[in-house]
Amino acid sequence: MKSLNNLNKNTKRNMITYGIVVAMFVFCFVYTATGAASNLFQGILVPICVNVILAISLNLTVGILGELSLGHAGFMCVGAFAGSIFSVMTSSSIESAFIRFPLAIIIGGIAAAIIGILVGIPVLRLRGDYLAIVTLAFGEIIKNIVNNLYIVKDSSGLHMLIGVDAYNNMEFDPLNKNVIVNGAMGITGTPKDSNYIAGFILIAITLVVILNLVNSRTGRAIMSIRDNRIAAESVGINITKYKLIAFTISAFFAGVAGVLYSHNLSSLVATKFDYNYSILILVFVVLGGIGSMRGSIIAAVILTALPELLRGLSDYRMLMYAIILIVMMLVNNNENMSYYKEKLFGGIKGKFAAKKNQNDGMKGVS
Amino acid sequence: MTAMLETKNLGISFGGLKAVDGLSLQINKGQLYGLIGPNGAGKTTVFNLLTGVYKPTSGNFFLDGEKLTGHNTIEINKKGIARTFQNIRLFKQLSVLDNVKVGLHNDYKYSTAEGVLRLPGFFSKEKQMNEKALNLLEVFDLADDKDRLSSNLPYGKQRKLEIARALATSPKLLLLDEPAAGMNPNETQELMDTIRFVRNKFDMTILLIEHDMRLVSGICEEITVLNFGTVLAQGETSKVLKDPEVVKAYLGD
Repeated sequence: MKSLNNLNKNTKRNMITYGIVVAMFVFCFVYTATGAASNLFQGILVPICVNVILAISLNLTVGILGELSLGHAGFMCVGAFAGSIFSVMTSSSIESAFIRFPLAIIIGGIAAAIIGILVGIPVLRLRGDYLAIVTLAFGEIIKNIVNNLYIVKDSSGLHMLIGVDAYNNMEFDPLNKNVIVNGAMGITGTPKDSNYIAGFILIAITLVVILNLVNSRTGRAIMSIRDNRIAAESVGINITKYKLIAFTISAFFAGVAGVLYSHNLSSLVATKFDYNYSILILVFVVLGGIGSMRGSIIAAVILTALPELLRGLSDYRMLMYAIILIVMMLVNNNENMSYYKEKLFGGIKGKFAAKKNQNDGMKGVS
Repeated sequence: MTAMLETKNLGISFGGLKAVDGLSLQINKGQLYGLIGPNGAGKTTVFNLLTGVYKPTSGNFFLDGEKLTGHNTIEINKKGIARTFQNIRLFKQLSVLDNVKVGLHNDYKYSTAEGVLRLPGFFSKEKQMNEKALNLLEVFDLADDKDRLSSNLPYGKQRKLEIARALATSPKLLLLDEPAAGMNPNETQELMDTIRFVRNKFDMTILLIEHDMRLVSGICEEITVLNFGTVLAQGETSKVLKDPEVVKAYLGD
């Protein structure tokens, strides 16, 4: 009991966050195992996992590093395609999904991280609005490059081409031609390796990595930059290095989410990863509370499930979605609401505190 | 014996304006040195030159005999100059303890991977950091506030925390930019004791900018008076403060 009391506030908060994820997993597992779950419910689980990972990883950039990034879907796009290309090419040579899928995840993550570094080096010299604008542009650039990317395998090897003209002008061996990525038509035939169990494992890994990072020397350095750049520099923190570390890790997990996403669909096109998707991820982060991983998770779950749950409203679906979004925003940032929240949850907290005091008292006696 | 800090003809001009011109001073190890002057005299600019925020356009400065002119802020901090700011710059959303631990960043190193994977290096180094940071906080009577957010501290304690954070980088020279700004007489008195204590305990060399003459005459052994970027007077505190030129600069004709 003593060790529990000695845990600091951060550790306790993190335990609650892990607890929520585990509880969600147990619920999903039991619900699907009993056969009570509808197809709709089962179909939405992987997209929820994808969005939760995206929200947590973007929160590292926006909440912990304090920089607004509007190109998160671009990194997801890189990961999704890199992972899919790997899986399509190796689906005949590596039979087992248990080996192939983790490899695809790692490859997708690393590909996104490399692009993250390349984008981050010039971009992280900017601040505030400029950073937002440039990341937005990078997201679009990545999307458009992938949209014009052709990867063809024939007897003379692997060809990577950009642009439809290059593709049409190229002469392939007609007998052995195998188009892996077909420009705007995207990539088809990705093995369906994703499932919600893999999704939850990836959420857990993402959470452990990011929460451990935040509560370490590196995390403190990153947060010190967010809170006061000049002071951080004055105590010897290398600003560029730590910004880049945060940005790269964020991109890595966006890539991981992308792989999870692409292995849930039989065909994948780059136009899915547009500006709207980046904004959607940002909405999860802002609505859940910037810097709060738990909030990001909850917001991502609710806002991913909501459009599906509102399907019954047909035409009024997006209207309701918007209204709920606005209400959530108002409720989260309202002083009166935080007063009611305190009133509601204060009682529970009070009981805990009383119990803790009691324990401390007992320690004093013994 | 070489001086802890020596500046030779140090100066910077922004366009045609000479913000600091021909500043030469010597501070010996363990000395408490004051830098005073009317508003806009270039005092904070001197600090920005000594910490690499600005690069001097003329002259050089040496820390413990080593030339530091042209180095950037991070290198200079690693070489041993730490500072506080005129308008407090704490890491507002970090706890008091974490503020000091950021200051320990370069003395206690473990890699990002060790931190993420919680390898043994993480636990041993974090333990050492916690001990060291708590020791520093105790010196400044902040140990009880260690888990509070730094922005929730009262003003006087925020000033103290800033000094603690600067000391955490284990500097040879500590620069204090108006440490008593906004403090009441009691707090100022307490601050004077703290500064003296820091000097004696850590054998620290301290250069401070201050407007509060009670503090300056109370603790500084020597001072330099700046006016319009140039040295007006220099020497033993009590003598300099009686200099008619200095009085004129402060009070006008």
